[in-house]
Amino acid sequence: MSEIEQLSCQELVELVTDYLEGAMPEADRQRLDDHIAGCDGCRDYVAQMRTTIALTGEVRPALLTPDVERALRDSFRDWKAT
Amino acid sequence: MEHAVSVDDKHLVEALRAGDERAFEQLTREYHAPLMRVAQIYVTSRSVAEEVVQETWLGVLNGIGRFEARSSLKTWIFRILTNIAKTRAQREGRTLPFSVLERPDTVPEPAVGPERFLPPDHERWPGHWSSRPQPWPEDRLLAAETRGVVERAIEALPPAQRAVISLRDVEGWSSDETCNALGVTETNQRVLLHRARSKVRQALEDYLAETGDE
Repeated sequence: MSEIEQLSCQELVELVTDYLEGAMPEADRQRLDDHIAGCDGCRDYVAQMRTTIALTGEVRPALLTPDVERALRDSFRDWKAT
Repeated sequence: MEHAVSVDDKHLVEALRAGDERAFEQLTREYHAPLMRVAQIYVTSRSVAEEVVQETWLGVLNGIGRFEARSSLKTWIFRILTNIAKTRAQREGRTLPFSVLERPDTVPEPAVGPERFLPPDHERWPGHWSSRPQPWPEDRLLAAETRGVVERAIEALPPAQRAVISLRDVEGWSSDETCNALGVTETNQRVLLHRARSKVRQALEDYLAETGDE
């Protein structure tokens, strides 16, 4: 049996998004899962990426300012009048 | 790939054509923030981006009668925005954004600084953590302050990365929707998303480490 190339932690952190996006061939995914199973640092790293995504989801998008809202309403009414 | 026109789209288009101001308000509220994010990939200043977005809405109103539903309403609106923003960028003499969207990986940006890992010639553990990430304190993650750290980290990103993380992780759009709105390939979208998320994670790590110990 040939030795399977080990994934380093430095390589893993560049593959996390492909991993979380489900954009990885099965064999690579397995290699990554195997690495995480034996590496606390990478396990915590992946957990932090998930937390980062969840916290970003808590951010509220910017609202329309009253000025912009007024300008848009005016544009709409002008458009409707023509 | 893109879905056939949704029921929502159909209602919105009909309402707009009929001159329903509420339908227009609903659309502008929903898409204002994402349109601003995408406009800022092309034009530098916030005020010019605002103008581009307003011009986009005029384009939407003037074109809605001819909208043929070959794409989703959303994709169609973003295509109008992109055309207007590109024209505006050309006038400003900027060409950078195109390469940022088409070849986002020309300049390497490691997700984690190389100093955090053992050197490649290390005898036993090349490329393994020398300074591993520490688990984050759950209670502090929920604090409003932490959300502020995330917001500032997003604002500090280069515009294309900021747009992608805003659409995907703030707005909760799918990768298809995001690719269509930005006109980027799935792979490039993922590169931009990866860089954006990695930097926001790093900002959180820095923040939580700095105030974690007394």
